[in-house]
This record gives sequence, C-alpha cells and structure tokens, in this order.
Amino acid sequence: MNLNEWIFIGLFFALGWALPATPIVLGKILAPKRPNQVKQQTYECGVEMVGSPWTQFRAQYYIFALVFLVFDVELVFLFPWALAYNQLGLFALFEMTVFIFLLVVALVYTWRKGALRWS
Amino acid sequence: MTGLLQDIGFSRDLAVLIAKAAGVIVVAVFGLLWTLLGIWLERKWAARFQDRVGPNRVGPFGLIQTVADTVKILLKEDIMNKGVDRWVFNLAPILAVLAVTLIWAVVPFSAAWIGTDLNIGVFYLLAVGALGTVAVIMAGWSSNNKYALLSAYRAVAQLVSYEVPMVLALLVPVLLSGSMSTQEIVRQQHIWYVFAAPLTVLLFLISGQAEIGRGPFDLLEAESELVSGFHIEYSGMKFGMFYVAEFLHAFTVGVLTAILFLGGWRGPFAEDVAILGFFYLMIKSLFAYWVLVWVRMTLPRVRIDHLLDFNWKFLVPVGLANLLIVALVWKAIPGTDQISSFGDAVVPTLALLLVNVAMFLVIGALLADRGRRERARIEARVAGADLPVETVAGAGD
Amino acid sequence: MELTAESIVFLIMSAITLGGGLLVVSARNLFHAGLYLMVSLLGVAGLFVLLSAPFLAGVQVVVYIGAIAILIILAIMLTPSVTQLPAIFNRQWAFNLALAAFFFVLLVSVVSPIMGELGVDAWNADFTQKNPADVPADSIVNLGKDLVDPDKYMLPFEVASVLLMAALIGAVLLVSPDKAKADEGGED
Repeated sequence: MNLNEWIFIGLFFALGWALPATPIVLGKILAPKRPNQVKQQTYECGVEMVGSPWTQFRAQYYIFALVFLVFDVELVFLFPWALAYNQLGLFALFEMTVFIFLLVVALVYTWRKGALRWS
Repeated sequence: MTGLLQDIGFSRDLAVLIAKAAGVIVVAVFGLLWTLLGIWLERKWAARFQDRVGPNRVGPFGLIQTVADTVKILLKEDIMNKGVDRWVFNLAPILAVLAVTLIWAVVPFSAAWIGTDLNIGVFYLLAVGALGTVAVIMAGWSSNNKYALLSAYRAVAQLVSYEVPMVLALLVPVLLSGSMSTQEIVRQQHIWYVFAAPLTVLLFLISGQAEIGRGPFDLLEAESELVSGFHIEYSGMKFGMFYVAEFLHAFTVGVLTAILFLGGWRGPFAEDVAILGFFYLMIKSLFAYWVLVWVRMTLPRVRIDHLLDFNWKFLVPVGLANLLIVALVWKAIPGTDQISSFGDAVVPTLALLLVNVAMFLVIGALLADRGRRERARIEARVAGADLPVETVAGAGD
Repeated sequence: MELTAESIVFLIMSAITLGGGLLVVSARNLFHAGLYLMVSLLGVAGLFVLLSAPFLAGVQVVVYIGAIAILIILAIMLTPSVTQLPAIFNRQWAFNLALAAFFFVLLVSVVSPIMGELGVDAWNADFTQKNPADVPADSIVNLGKDLVDPDKYMLPFEVASVLLMAALIGAVLLVSPDKAKADEGGED
C-alpha cells in the first residue's frame, strides 16, 4: 500500500474547506449588515414562534436509523466478498446467500412486526 | 510537475506535496467552475421540460446568467436569526460542499488524469457520502427552526435508508470488475456494465436521486410542507453554498453513473489522447445527469411513508436478489475471472442481459399483481363503507 | 524522537482523536458532543490509513460516523431536555475516572511488550513498517478470501449474520412494545 495516494485525500481535507469558505467570507465583506428584531425572527411563515423548536419528534425516525445500522454493517462484509469473488469458488456464493438470507429473515420480521410502517 | 519543482530547488518530498496540493486545487476549482455552467444548463433543460425558454438575457443564450446570480447573492445580506448555534450553523454549508468535492478526488477524468487512484475507491465514495448527511443534520439542528429540524429528521430517515440500495448497486460493478478502484472499474469495462446490469443501473439512479434529495424524493426541502427544509434560515452566500452543493452532488451522481456503468472515459482513441477521454466522460455524465433532471421535472413528490416503503419493501429486496443472481450467473459462465478484451466480455454480457430482462419481467409482473390487488381492496372498501376514495387512501405524516 | 512525515501525520491524527474525545466529555451541549465524537472517529480513520489499512478507515467512517454517530445524534435530538447540561460532572465521575485509568494501564501493559517483540522501539516509535512491501497490496482481497474460507473465518462470518439478525429483532422488539398485533393483519 502506498501512502502517497492518501496524501491527496489528506490535502483535500485540509484545503477543501477554503473553497466554500472563501465566497462566504467574501459575502460577509461585501454584503450589507443591517440586522433588526423582525429580520432576525425565526421564520415560521410570519407567525411568531411558539416554544422551543427542539421539541420531541416521533421515535419512528429512530427505528429506520436502527434498521439501517444493521444493514450498514452487513454491507461492509459484502465488499471484501465482492472484491475477491472472481477468485472464490461456488461455495462462497452459497455462504453469502446464507448470510444474506438471515438478514432478509430479520427484515421480513421487522416488516411483519409493523416497525417499517409509517403510522 | 514534480520534476520541474525539483529542478527549481525543492526537495523531493516537498515537490511531491506541492504537486499534490496543486492537483487538489485544480480538481476542486474545476468542480466549482463547472457548477457555473451546469446550473445554467440545468435551468435551460428544466425550462424546456416546462415549455419555457429559460434564462436568455445575460450573455449569449443567457450563458453567464449564473455568474450574474453569483454576484447578486454575494451582495445579499447574511441574516442570522436569533438562537442559532453559530459554529454549527456556519460550518454546515462548508461541510456540505466539501463532502461533494471530496468525491471528485477519485473521479478518473481520463486514462491518465485522476486525482488519486485509491484502491478502496468505491468504498471511499460511501464514506464521503456519510459526511453529506452530517452536513444536513448540522444545518437542520442549528437553525433554531422547527421546519429545519423536521427536515433534519427526514434527512436521517431518507438519506440513510436509500444508502442501502445504493450500496447494493455499487457492489455489482465491484463484483464484475473485481476491483474497488474507480480507474480499474473503468478499465475493466470492455463492454459497458449498463448492458450487463441494467437493473443495477436503475437501482443506482433511483437511490442516487433520493441521496441528492431531488424530486420525486425532495422531502428534505419540500416547499409546500417544510417551507424549504434544512436551509430555510440560510441566506446570502451560505445559502448559495447549499445550492452549489446540491447541484454538484446531483451532477456527481451523473458522473458516477458514467464511471461505474457507462464506461467512464472509454471511447475511440481515449487511451492515447487524454483530453478525448475527459470529453467522453463529460458527455456520458451529462447524459446520465439529464436523465436525473428529466425524472425530477416529470414526477410529483412522494409521501414519506411511500418513500420509506418503496425503499425497504421494494428496493432493498430487489437489490439483494439482484446482487445474488448476478453473482450466480457470473460464476456459472466459465472464463469470467479473466476478462481482458471485448471478445471475452461478449458472452457474459449477453447472458447477464438475458437474466436482467427476465428479472425485469418478474418484477413487473409482481408489481402489476400487487397493484391490481391493492386497487381491488380499496374499491371493496369504498363500496362497503360508501366513502370517497381519497379518505380511504390514508393520511400522510 | 525523530520527526518523519509519518510521525507528524500520526501526531496530528492523534491530536484530532484525543482532542475530539476530550471535547466529547467536556461539552455542555449534547449535540456538540455528538459532533465532536464524529471528529474523534475521523481521527481514528486517519490512523487506520496511516497503518496501511484503508479499508478499515473506510469502515470506520461508513459505520461509525455514517451510522452509529448519526444514530447517537438522533437519540440526542429525541431527548430535548438535555441539550444544555447544567454540569459536566455527575455522581459517578470519580469511579469512571478510576475505571478509565485502569483500562489505560491495562492497554499500555498489554501493548508495550508486543511492541518490543515486533522490534519497534517502544517510545521512540518509527511508525512505519520496517519494509512497506510487507503489507500486501491486495489485503482486502485476502480479507474477502479468508472470510469465506471454511478453514479460517467462515463460522465467525456466518455467526456475524446471526448476531446482526438478533440485533435487528431485538431493536424491533424494544421500540415497538407489543404494539397491538391486531392492526398488523399481515397486509402491510
């Protein structure tokens, strides 16, 4: 492995910030700055804001993130398998089928349980 | 360039570093400059889809309309509402653009031009994509606005869900080429993968459209529900940066489609003349991008429950089945482990194409059957309860 | 200690990792703490790259930042009352500090003899492989082969799938406590 390939990515992280930051700073310099009370209100279609925006929302979003997490970990296993696939036997495909089948069982369970339903 | 710098008197390490830094700047600046032209192009296309003329006043054919808009947005006041989380609020647009431009680091522009040819290229794309989700959440949370926060929640549900079919689609070119390097995937496409895996391309385009949050999947910034979503409180150049990020991300999905499925820079004489390869890549990317714009301008927005159902109960199972079937066919045909010319690729491509057609037919039949049953169910309910159809169809979120 | 390019990058990445970690525990705003956690994890990804394990670096970002940290932030967003913590210490801080110190000592005592065995001069570290060619170029392909090799990691690989299945089922059971089977009816 050649680390040189990654120098580029490291530099990109270090320098890439500057590109979007430059126009923003330029805008700060060029644009007028006349704040007032009304302008700085939170936009809620002209109605004054009631309460804090950081209120509780439905937990449903959390479930989807949770299901995603499980699938994400599974997909990480798929990558080395797909990469080495040309050098593997048919048995590797069978193993991966079992692997995916178990995940599908879990997905079907989640589905039947109604956790994937937006209610 | 490294040699030149060494001649002037830099040490070898420093020369490499400076050359790489120049490369970074070229790639990133190219991305941003391309945006100026690309936004004009998209607006023209969008106008044609809606039977309008589009921008045509500033410069020939309105070509420098975007430049004029940029100047205008630079001079707009940057309003920060009360109670925003300053640091997070300011960082979000920067991170949004950075996350997209980082993708361009592994785009093979031609046989010789590539930012850096990582051996985990495709996986790197995923990793960088995760940063984009973070930017949306940061913007939505820090804005001190209920609409923006709701948009951030939707971002989690949508962006994160559609990543699964996207990865399942990405795995197919990895499997076919036996490599994760973007450059190697292009080199392996003696016949474009779009012919071997049309279903995968469709999966990739659908999930890509959802990942960039554009219609029919534009729930993150649904005007009629969330006013404008996570960037509602942004104005001036910060909003501009979100706009740039969104456009560039959309175009990047087009570029990735071209690289992974349309043969990237491949074309007549592209191996020898680098600029030709770049030209081919841009043409193919623009075509893929045009398809995305076409879909965006044609289909109405989906509801959030439909959006999530469509992903988890349709795209994910189809993606998993597609991957396994492609893998099976790939193994069943002898000689697929060493394809090195157009001739080697013909038989596997034809076989996969046939299997794909079969899969399309099966999926189509399943969908048609499901649609018929659903319609019968609703009609039965309407007849039984004597209700108008709209109320039976169910409420949104 | 001689400063090579690798060791400079190592120091930067360590600073990002540790600094991010420190900010996680000292931040009064839980949302900020979640973001600092991402910074810290990004530093770890950088360390993986430095160790010639780019795939693990990618996994670090995709799974830990892209999924777990986002999940944590989502959980924080679901508990609005703790976005502004009144104090950064709770009653268990002394105990936790002792625990952390214990694990630190444990790690150092485990790792430092191994470093001696590998021929790395423990505290004057040359962080690169003695010979970069020792790292196989296609280590990810090897990983893929070993994962499905019946003589190597086939069983753990399949067990991982069972574990993931159990995790998903457990999560579903937790979040929907017997939410009326009546309204499922299979038609979903």
